[in-house]
Amino acid sequence: MPTQNLEEQLRPAAGEKLVFDTNPVLSERLTHYCPGCHHGIAHRLVGETLHELGVASRTILVASVGCATFTYDYFSVDGLEAPHGRACAVATGVRRARPEAVVFTYQGDGDMAAIGMAESLHAANRGEKITSIFINNTVYGMTGGQMAPTTLLGQKTTTTRDGRCMEREGGPIHLAEIMAGLDGVAFAARCALDSVQHVREAKKAMRTAFEVQIEGLGYGFLELLSGCPTNWHMDPVAASKRIAEAMIPVFPLGVFKNKRTEQSSQSGKVHHA
Amino acid sequence: MPEQYQDVIIAGFGGQGVMLIGNLLAQAGMEYGLEVSFIPVYGAEMRGGTANCTVVMDKHPIGAPLVREPLSTIVLNEPSLAKFQPRLNPHGVQVVNASLVEAGLVDAARRSVCIPANDMAHELGNVKLANMVALGAWLKATAVLPLAVVQEALKRVVNAHYANLIPINARALEAGYNFA
Amino acid sequence: MSTEQRILIKGNEAVAFGAVDAGLRCYFGYPITPQNEIPEALSTLLPERGGQFVQAESEVAAVNMLLGAAACGVPSMTSSSGCGLSLMQEGISYMAGSHIPGVLVNMQRGGPGLGDIGPSQGDYFQAVKGGGHGDHRNLVLAPATAQECYDCMFRALALAFKYANPVLVLGDAIVGQIKEPVRRVPPADAVSEKTLAALAAPWRMEGYGKRGPDAQPRLLKSVYLAEGALAERNRLLAQKYAAMQAECAWECTDVEDATLVVVAFGSVARIARSTIRRLRAEGVRVGLFRPLTLFPFPAEALLALLPGRRFLVMEQNLGQMVEDVRLALFGQPGVTPATVQWHGIMPGLFVNADDLREPMLQALKEAF
Repeated sequence: MPTQNLEEQLRPAAGEKLVFDTNPVLSERLTHYCPGCHHGIAHRLVGETLHELGVASRTILVASVGCATFTYDYFSVDGLEAPHGRACAVATGVRRARPEAVVFTYQGDGDMAAIGMAESLHAANRGEKITSIFINNTVYGMTGGQMAPTTLLGQKTTTTRDGRCMEREGGPIHLAEIMAGLDGVAFAARCALDSVQHVREAKKAMRTAFEVQIEGLGYGFLELLSGCPTNWHMDPVAASKRIAEAMIPVFPLGVFKNKRTEQSSQSGKVHHA
Repeated sequence: MPEQYQDVIIAGFGGQGVMLIGNLLAQAGMEYGLEVSFIPVYGAEMRGGTANCTVVMDKHPIGAPLVREPLSTIVLNEPSLAKFQPRLNPHGVQVVNASLVEAGLVDAARRSVCIPANDMAHELGNVKLANMVALGAWLKATAVLPLAVVQEALKRVVNAHYANLIPINARALEAGYNFA
Repeated sequence: MSTEQRILIKGNEAVAFGAVDAGLRCYFGYPITPQNEIPEALSTLLPERGGQFVQAESEVAAVNMLLGAAACGVPSMTSSSGCGLSLMQEGISYMAGSHIPGVLVNMQRGGPGLGDIGPSQGDYFQAVKGGGHGDHRNLVLAPATAQECYDCMFRALALAFKYANPVLVLGDAIVGQIKEPVRRVPPADAVSEKTLAALAAPWRMEGYGKRGPDAQPRLLKSVYLAEGALAERNRLLAQKYAAMQAECAWECTDVEDATLVVVAFGSVARIARSTIRRLRAEGVRVGLFRPLTLFPFPAEALLALLPGRRFLVMEQNLGQMVEDVRLALFGQPGVTPATVQWHGIMPGLFVNADDLREPMLQALKEAF
């Protein structure tokens, strides 16, 4: 893999202790994401998970449209572009054609919960053996800060100048809870990327979101509350603070469905998610 | 084998088995070695007046599967008579279900075989056999296919679930054939 | 069943049988009249063979599932009609832009809008000129009989993989609904599933591990933002579309001594053939030129018929293929506007051989 040289260079010398390493599933390319954007952390979690599960060589990534359009540039796996909102339909086709593959979509809130809501819910309801990573940052990033389906009530965007209003635009969509209500969904959780503790929880959930597909239990869904300092017009520290203070009260964190633990409690075996 | 091209429009209410005898005729024609086409006419009509289908048989590959002036018709109800009697080719023949069509409506200037298909089917034990009775009469009137070929083709057209009804269908074809 | 035996099936069913016999592995579709026998047949045929059948939540989803499966180099298709194809245009454009070999069947119905469920050839422009955004082209095949529906599915899959490009099979309500004898025997030029797999080997999505431990990951995409990159991409596509010209196919009937050549495709062509046979019996010198591929359009073959002949384009729309016929012939020596005449049949009508008689006689009168 292309990261080998870098790995050699960074190998610890005598007396040094390795505390952080590159991830061979992530490419060496610099990302185009804005400073303080949480896509980088989310990518890292996906890369670590695929590496630890040992499945990168049989993984196919279905990219979406939005800030994450170029996701495939940052992962050393086979990648495919989907039209805006259609990633879950494309991933359905991929997984049906290649039942041995590990397939995941990586989608923002506009892509997955607005234009692609139908494709997302129906793929989930069919129990497609795919995993979707859903980046919820309450705003359209790529197009310049317009209202997203997840935009908070009162939040100002370039298309809700005086703040999102329930009477006019409706309220923010809670996709993790909706997903949990569908029979085909094996795992649905919401985590946040605002603190070390939350990132650790997200990593754990990420692993389960992939394991349910690999074990054939159904559709895996992970929503990640993420910061968009650019379109929120604040610095990265303030953005993380906004996640904790404004987003989490509206979008509660937690595992809303987990067929693995349901199964294990039935069979009496203990699995660590 | 007939030398001549033949076509037929089969029409009636939905549920009278119009499509079934159309399929049966096309299947039998194919098994007899002819080129055949069957086409159902569906659409708004299907939900209101009549259901109909067109079967064409020829020695040559079939071009047009639909006809303006059919050489023959099988008319199972009155709305179908109203629709297709005026279109019948002047040299054509129509088989009319006399059980459901007022005798006075049948154009005396046209060659017609009026057969009480429902009544005969009822006597055979099942009014649903009226379509087979009418087809039997058509086979006699047109002499396009031998009766036995059509009776044999029932095995390929009747759903396997109803295979036990094949003999009675064959008898209904024969009754219609012998009537005309 | 003996392979020589004829079976009586609808054009739609013939599409399904042809597709599975040609190696189809995945089908994705959404119900719409008049093509429902295709998904209905494939919903049992494909699982029996270990393939995948998915009834999608919409045509939008169906075409994108097709995109995903075809990107894996697995023979895959969808089918629809009229308004359904409109919804699929986005995915078709993406497939063309990403070099992905999707096969799509359009059993046309009357339009525009919801229209009706009768026959129409009103989607000619949509199929032949691209249909979606950007400069994309589909290979377009035009079957007229149930047997051709069966045969052309082999050709559709082979061409899709040969060019890594969408292929459209353009039928209509008559072609889909007609029941005719079909010999379920692969056509002489059928390619094996192995050949299809070999054609897909250089680009298919599979996980890099399948290509060895040091393999590079692959990417299939249509977005090219770097300066000059999209221009280069379009140059490559233009070369591909030019190469497709080699696939032109057509059929001539009774043209040798004809003074009038009817140009028609699909169901209208077969109906016109009946009319022509009757007129021939009366000594009228009329023939038929039937394009079997609509893109590429067999312009050269049509041009070869030009000396001493006039042309009558018959199609069930408001005048679409006639533009390609005029493009093929206009500008040639001796060609006047009267050289190419046109007779349109309104979408939604069920026409017969008698309906086409007067227009042909009229065109003969006007032509000379």
